[in-house]
Amino acid sequence: MSEQTADAGGRPIGRVMAQVAMVMNLDKCIGCHTCSVTCKQAWTNRPGVEYAWFNNVETRPGQGYPRTYQDQEKWKGGWVRKPNGKLVPRAGGRLKRLATIFANPVMPSLQDYYEPWTYDYDTLINAPLGDDIPVATPRSALTGEPMKVEWSANWDDDLGGGPELARQDPIVQTLGDQVRFSFEETFMFYLPRICEHCLNPACVATCPSGALYKRSEDGIVLVDQDRCRGWRMCVTGCPYKKIYFNHKTGKAEKCTLCYPRVEVGMPTICSETCVGRLRYLGVILYDADRVEEAASVEDEHDLYESQLDVFLDPSDPAVRAAARRDGIPDRWVDSAARSPIYTLAKRFRVALPLHPEYRTMPMVWYIPPLSPVVDTLTSTGHDGESAPNLFGAIDTLRIPIEYLAELFTAGDTGPVRRVLRRLAAMRSYMREINLGRERDESIASDVGMTGDQIEEMYRLLALAKYDDRYVIPTAYGVDEADRGAIEEIGCDLDFEGGPGMGGAGQVPFGEASGQPQAATVENFHALQGRQTSDAQVPTGEGRVNLLNWDGNGRPDGLFPPNQSGSTEDHGGGDQPRTPREGGST
Amino acid sequence: MNGFGPVDLLLWGVLPYAVLVVFVGGLVWRHRYDRFGWTTRSSELYESRLLRIGSPLFHVGLLFVIAGHVVGLLIPESWTRALGVSDSIYHVTALSLGLVAGVCTLAGIVLLIWRRRTKGPVFSATTKNDKLMYAVLVLALVTGLGMTAYFAGTEVVGGETQDYRHTVSPWFRSIWILNPDVSAMAAAEGPYKLHALMGLALFALFPFTRLVHAFSAPLGYLVRPYIVYRSRDPHPAGAGHAERTTRRGW
Repeated sequence: MSEQTADAGGRPIGRVMAQVAMVMNLDKCIGCHTCSVTCKQAWTNRPGVEYAWFNNVETRPGQGYPRTYQDQEKWKGGWVRKPNGKLVPRAGGRLKRLATIFANPVMPSLQDYYEPWTYDYDTLINAPLGDDIPVATPRSALTGEPMKVEWSANWDDDLGGGPELARQDPIVQTLGDQVRFSFEETFMFYLPRICEHCLNPACVATCPSGALYKRSEDGIVLVDQDRCRGWRMCVTGCPYKKIYFNHKTGKAEKCTLCYPRVEVGMPTICSETCVGRLRYLGVILYDADRVEEAASVEDEHDLYESQLDVFLDPSDPAVRAAARRDGIPDRWVDSAARSPIYTLAKRFRVALPLHPEYRTMPMVWYIPPLSPVVDTLTSTGHDGESAPNLFGAIDTLRIPIEYLAELFTAGDTGPVRRVLRRLAAMRSYMREINLGRERDESIASDVGMTGDQIEEMYRLLALAKYDDRYVIPTAYGVDEADRGAIEEIGCDLDFEGGPGMGGAGQVPFGEASGQPQAATVENFHALQGRQTSDAQVPTGEGRVNLLNWDGNGRPDGLFPPNQSGSTEDHGGGDQPRTPREGGST
Repeated sequence: MNGFGPVDLLLWGVLPYAVLVVFVGGLVWRHRYDRFGWTTRSSELYESRLLRIGSPLFHVGLLFVIAGHVVGLLIPESWTRALGVSDSIYHVTALSLGLVAGVCTLAGIVLLIWRRRTKGPVFSATTKNDKLMYAVLVLALVTGLGMTAYFAGTEVVGGETQDYRHTVSPWFRSIWILNPDVSAMAAAEGPYKLHALMGLALFALFPFTRLVHAFSAPLGYLVRPYIVYRSRDPHPAGAGHAERTTRRGW
């Protein structure tokens, strides 16, 4: 706050904050649901959150999950701009929230998700001998009663249910006749969704208890399970319906962006296991003081640009200075400069936010799909990969550009068309190279890029190497370089019944016996140190015994004193004998 | 006032303090060791149609009932007289408002209990603890409302009823100055005593049931900025969750 810092454009830089953000390349999604399943295994395989899919994959057009969640006239999620320019949660401001606290009037019921069920597997093995093969019938996971399975999270997957279900897609209802479902003309693509970890989160704004918060270090939006009182306002507040009410614990739960993984530099589990390798993770620096202003612009079509405008250029020395001023270590700024998110969203402008018109400033962005355009063009006798043909085809793509615009730009087709032209140009440009022809700069300049940029984009999108997709700095304040910001990171969710349950629980034997170990960066490094070292590494907690000894060195008290009195040692001779405080390596 | 026996002493001189200790101690214990369990445990996800009628009816009615108790128990007769409120006006207002609020509360909770019993998922989510709590809560409501109705009826037909502001209220106030006026309460009529006992039972149960959510009424929300930023908690190694100091998020 000392001296005024200005960015390259001469604008003063407010409070710099860092956000771990995601981009998904929809052209590559094959709808395999691996992300959903691994996420479920990691986070929501507990009673009470059977119906919770922190990550789900929707077929578009389709109703989404929960059904028709995008219809904000009905579900009242996100923000609205009042005539005086102020933003208020669509479901009502503070007084209205408190006035309706005894029964949230617009909370989705379990029927809008689906009633979770299991099967009566017992019949399969215990049924008496008979003429009929025993069948495991479905039982409600809520009541245990037999139930008829009529809906689930992916009932309309791959356009299942046909036009009848797909027509209830709120976007299809907006577009009307422009979306066709006849077999020859229909289209579909997949939309994987997680929590958007918004810059202006409506769930946080509607939480009466203040239990939902945005982490200042990395922008991850979390629920403090100890402070949540189950008022359920966040479920309504979130326009993406990505907050789930755990009906067993009575607390809200949501996607955590796998923060225990992200803190140690690993990608989220949905990204890690993504078969199509379509997810990108990286840091975005943004000006927190400008978020509200950017989210309040009058015209919905300006929201995309205004959000881009909030992002700060990490290569700008003034931004680096301002980040340092606000306590963000240089290595995070360096990481932000290599961030694939910044590259795709701001430099190449091929990623777009999901439903910017909700005014929450979402931070999981999407590269819209280009449809099977090449084959279509080729089948009409044209060169399907020549740039002019591709550019011309963009407005007649199988996936109507208007549909994509309703998803990503509040209905403004301009930005979507520009993105698709860039993706098409990349195909043409790279084909010339693959065929051993001259690099054709004109293709690049037609879409406002240079050939080098196109090739960089190609490496990022088509080759998509692991280290290019995930540029995640480890949490700061945990090693000597930037100690001071944070001493230790605890896992808020790791307790009986909590989402982290079963993590580092109490086990009778081995390394983790005795006290439950907190899921912390220090413990992660300490464990790694102990497992990869040839010598004894001090643990710093309690004495070493036969059960928790890792076989290295000569811990105090484990062996009788050396008879000869010499201090010679068979393991690491220079290891200290007394456990040190701290214990991190 | 008349004298009182050992039972009176136990009920009105000792029991209130025992309940107070359990109530305060229980809340502190629950806050320290079971913050995760401190929730409304809402069943709205299972069923919302009946809840949307029953729950506001019950809760709003209850707020008025609580306000009525605060006025009736804490404000001495001399104060209202000094304000120029005659006894008859006071009683007519108290009884009529109390009757309306009590009927709303009771109707609300009857609807909620009926819903809880008949809607499968809601019933499955009901614990023994909930059932005990509902029983005591309903008994407290029924004794209170029955008393109000009976006294109101008696007053309407011109009969004389005992004024709780000479018996229950002085006793209640005397508890807080650690000098319980047992004889005042001992002189109260049976229905008053029964209702007071149900109230004490409810307060003793309070910290150990879902009722604790009343203490997290989120009034701070009115003055809080919309967006809450929070740093990762400094979390001393080896400390249990309950030992963690939670910080303000804004």
